[in-house]
Formats: sequence, structure tokens, C-alpha cells
Amino acid sequence: MENTRRFCVRVAECRWILPLLFAAGLAFCVIAESGGLLNSYTRFALTTMAVNVILCASLNLVNGYLGEFSVGHAGFMALGAYASAMLTTRLFPQMPALFIPALLAGGLVAAGIGFLLALLSFKTRGDYLAIITLAFLMIVKSALENIPWVGGPRGIAGIPTLTTLPVAFVAAAATLWTIRNLIFSKFGRAVVAIREDEIAANAMGVRTREAKILAFSVSSFFGGVAGALLAHQITFINPGSFDIIKSTEILVMVYLGGIGSLAGSVLGAVIFTLLSEALREFGTWRMVILPLILVLLMLFRPRGIMGLKELPWFLPRRELATRRKKS
Amino acid sequence: MAYFAQQAVNAISLGFLYALIGLGYTMVYGVLTMINFAHGDLFMLGAFVCLLLVTFSPVALPFPVLLILVMVIIGGLGVLIERLAYRPLRQAPRVSAVITALGCGLVISNTTLSISPYSRAMPEVFDDRYFNVLGVGVSTLQVLIIGVSLALMIGLDALIHKSRFGMALRAVAYDAGTVPLMGISVNRIISLTFLIGTGLGGAAGMLYGMSFPVISASMGILVGWKAFIAAVIGGIGNIRGAVLGGFILGTVEIFSVATLPSTYRDLISYSLLLVILIFKPYGILGRAPNIKV
Repeated sequence: MENTRRFCVRVAECRWILPLLFAAGLAFCVIAESGGLLNSYTRFALTTMAVNVILCASLNLVNGYLGEFSVGHAGFMALGAYASAMLTTRLFPQMPALFIPALLAGGLVAAGIGFLLALLSFKTRGDYLAIITLAFLMIVKSALENIPWVGGPRGIAGIPTLTTLPVAFVAAAATLWTIRNLIFSKFGRAVVAIREDEIAANAMGVRTREAKILAFSVSSFFGGVAGALLAHQITFINPGSFDIIKSTEILVMVYLGGIGSLAGSVLGAVIFTLLSEALREFGTWRMVILPLILVLLMLFRPRGIMGLKELPWFLPRRELATRRKKS
Repeated sequence: MAYFAQQAVNAISLGFLYALIGLGYTMVYGVLTMINFAHGDLFMLGAFVCLLLVTFSPVALPFPVLLILVMVIIGGLGVLIERLAYRPLRQAPRVSAVITALGCGLVISNTTLSISPYSRAMPEVFDDRYFNVLGVGVSTLQVLIIGVSLALMIGLDALIHKSRFGMALRAVAYDAGTVPLMGISVNRIISLTFLIGTGLGGAAGMLYGMSFPVISASMGILVGWKAFIAAVIGGIGNIRGAVLGGFILGTVEIFSVATLPSTYRDLISYSLLLVILIFKPYGILGRAPNIKV
């Protein structure tokens, strides 16, 4: 028993497993994409999983680490999806090389709007901020429906399929890496301090307003990137696909995997995607079962599976050393 | 001028409906400081329950009986949801309760959607007639909506300000920690609040279904959440604020549809919400809560 425990600790604290997993995953994705190792359905599902990891980790930054409640993540996805799809279909068609800039552009548009929204609304907290993000989601959806230039309610069709499995995998890994580095920086500690007690953080000299706005902008940036990836995966977007249901799906992932945890985000996204694919045959009942899971989670395990705990693989070396010293 | 007056009549009747739904949001918020996101879907269910009662009842039920039945059924459902899903979370972080409410709302609306995927026509409950008042067309239904809403609101106001239950309710809203020391059961007051609040929502659902005779599962999000905007604009937690917000939103919506393409309606109402929240974060009549260290 003791030996098993020690072995688990050694594996968990081993520094080269995560890079190794990344290399193996990337190799697997490249082979799967080119060599016909997997059928197209499985490839599609795995790509969705990678996009979901981005969505979950980025929403966790606001809902988990910052401790606010945003229901507007689908709105940022919509902004990223539309911005990038406009670039690849209208402005620069037939130029797959511009896909990466288009992804970043989608993220930047979302981040810009997210920054403005945060700037205007972060006077309020809690319930009122949730209402503002809800209003934002509705505004984005009905604004897109009313702009004929982006297809109105019919949306944009014929987007080139550029989101391949390796692209999605690398994007997910890059997101996790960036968010992890942010969380363990001075900025990240400010964000967590705000969650624990905003007034106390303020009194200790943390610039809470700046930290909140930055966290929100970063979160919306990755939301936009995920939206852009999704648009180039399913090749068709319309305003209806970025509604409150989409936001709820991301919320289920975050609260299932665990708030304030990157390992939890990955776990939540993976379990959610598998569950969601398994429930596909139930049609609209799927959207009864998923919110029901959310309610049951809130009642019995409100912080999710990993809630506020982190797998040592995701911790920086210095952080690991301090934690070991404490225990 | 007649056109303007006609639109004003429409705005008033829509405003009353929004106010009636908004009251449910605001009562629950006032007592529990929690947004009951499931309220809009209970409103939608009110219309469906009315449809079921009219379709399957062996005798033609008169309007007042129907109204009371719908209010009791939906109110009971609200109490049940509070008992099962919200009460265990009363000590938990506020966000957990909000997420649970959102989840409950989606469960209700998607269950309805799965059972009845298409919109349904609401049967006529009574003979609706139009009559002409000074060149303005007013229907019996509109008069009924205004009359019933007004009666319910005056009744509610009297209940809250004149009765023992109202006093207890205001006490719970003021300081839920001290109330049990005075020998008042907080749980009973909260259950009653849900019964009345969601009952009013159910009544509004029935009236809405009768005046726009097509009902669908998405009504909770499309209409219920508008009422939520109304409650927030007026200052959520404040009962007179909900009525004021309902009228503001009803007026803005009717006149935006009258002057702009109707697809702009949602855009305008949600933008109004955003603008008001940015400049008056706690609504027109709401007060900022005291944050203590």
C-alpha cells in the first residue's frame, strides 16, 4: 500500500511525463490525420475534445480562478468564429496558410470586445456580472442575426476545413501552457487573491481592477480562438449555434472537471465530450440530461472532480518545491 | 395619433405581463438574493398547463377556475424545485445556487421541447371581442390582462405591506439570520414566497399564451428572460421596481417594433439592460448592497 502510494507520488512529480505525453499525442495526431489510422468520426470527436479543452480551461480562468460567474463564453466563441470565418472565406479565400493568423485574429477580436465589456462592467460583481454576460451573449447573437453582411440568421456556410486534429491538439496544449504560466505568475496570484477576498486583496495592494480585466480579456481571447477552430471544423456557423445552450455546455465541463484546476479542465472536457457523444442518440433529451448533471454536481460536489486541486504535472518546479516544503 | 394610442394600449398590456413575470424574479431575489433562472421556464409551463387543462378537461372550465388551477400547479412546482434543488444550497456559495437555477430552467425547457417539439396553438378560452374606444381598438383579452394583472399586483402589495406573512417576508429579506430567533419559520416563508412568485409567473404564462395564441418551449427564454430584464432594470429585489421595469421594457419593445424591423427587438431590449446596468448597476429603484469586510 505504502509502496503504491510512493510510486504514485513519484509518477505525479515526474517532470518529463507531461512533455512526453505531449510529444506522443502530437505524433499520434499527425499519424491519425495522414495515415487513416482512425475513421473520420473518431477524428472529428477527438478534434471536438481538443476544442473543448480550450473552452473549458479559458472559462475556468474567469469562473474558477477569478471566482466570477460568466455565462457569455459562447458569445466570445461567436465573435472569434465569425471574425476568422470572414477572413478565410471573404477576404482571403483559398489561402490555407493564413489560417493561424485568422485564428489569432478571431481571438483578438473576442479579446478586444471582452476587454471593453470588462472595462465597463467590472464595477459590479456576482449576480449582476452574470446578468451582464448573459445580456452580452444575447446582444452578440441578435446583432449577428441582424447584419446581412455576415449572413444574418442563415450564417456563413462553406468555410474551408482547416481545423485538423494536430492543429487542434497544438492549440489546446498552447492554451494550457499559457494559462498555466499566467496562473503561477504575479498576475495569477492576484486573480486567486480576488477570488478569496477582494477587499483584503485590495488592501494588500493588489490592483484588483487590472487583474480582473486582464483575466477576462485572456479568457475571451481563448474563447475566440476556440470559436475560430470550431468554425473551421464544422465548416458552417450561424448565430443560433452560439446560444445559452453552448454556454451551458462549457459550464458543465468546468464544474464537472473542477474549478480552479487545469487538470480538472482537461478532465472535464474529456469526460464531457465522451458523454456528449454517447448521449447523441437521445436527441433533444441530451439537453435534459446535461443540465441535470450540472444540477446534481452543484448539489453533491459543487467544486467538481478536481476542485481547486492541481495535478503536480501542471505545477511549475518552484511551486512544487514550496508545496513539498509545506507538507 | 390613433396609431400612437393603439401602440400605447399594446405597450401597457405587454408591460403588465412583463411586470407580472418580473414579480416572481424579484420576490425570490428579495428574500434569497438569488436569481431564479428557472422562473422563465415555469412561466412557459404555465401556458402549457393551461393548454393541457383546456384540452383534456371533460367540462369546459371557466376562465377564473382555469387561472387558479394554473397558478396552484405552477406555484406548487416552484415550491418543489425550491425544496429539492435550492434549499440544500442555501449555505453554499451564491454562484452554486445560480448555476443550479440555470440548470433547472434548462431541464424544464428541454423536457418540454422533447415532448412537444413544435409550437402549439392555444385554444380560445373565452369569446374574444374587439371594441372601439375613441378610435383605438381594444380587445376583451387586453382588458382582462390588465384587470387580472392589476388585481394580482394590488393583492400582492396588500399582502406584503398589510399582512403578518408580508411582515415576516420583509423581515426575512432584511435579516434572515435574526428572523428564526423571533419564532418565525424561515423555510415556510421562503416556500410561500416561491408559491406566490411562481404562481404569478404561471398566471402570466397563461395570459401570454391567450394573447399571442402560439406557445412553444422556447417561450421561457424568449419572453421569460425579458421579464427578468424588466425586473433588473427596475432594481431586482424591489417589487415596485419590477412593475416600473415591466412598463419601461414593454414601451421600449412595442415602440421599437413599431419603428424598426422586428428582428431588432431583442437587440434593443438587451442593449437597454446592458446600458442601465453599466450606469446604474443596481437598477433604477434598487439600492447597492452594503459590503462588509
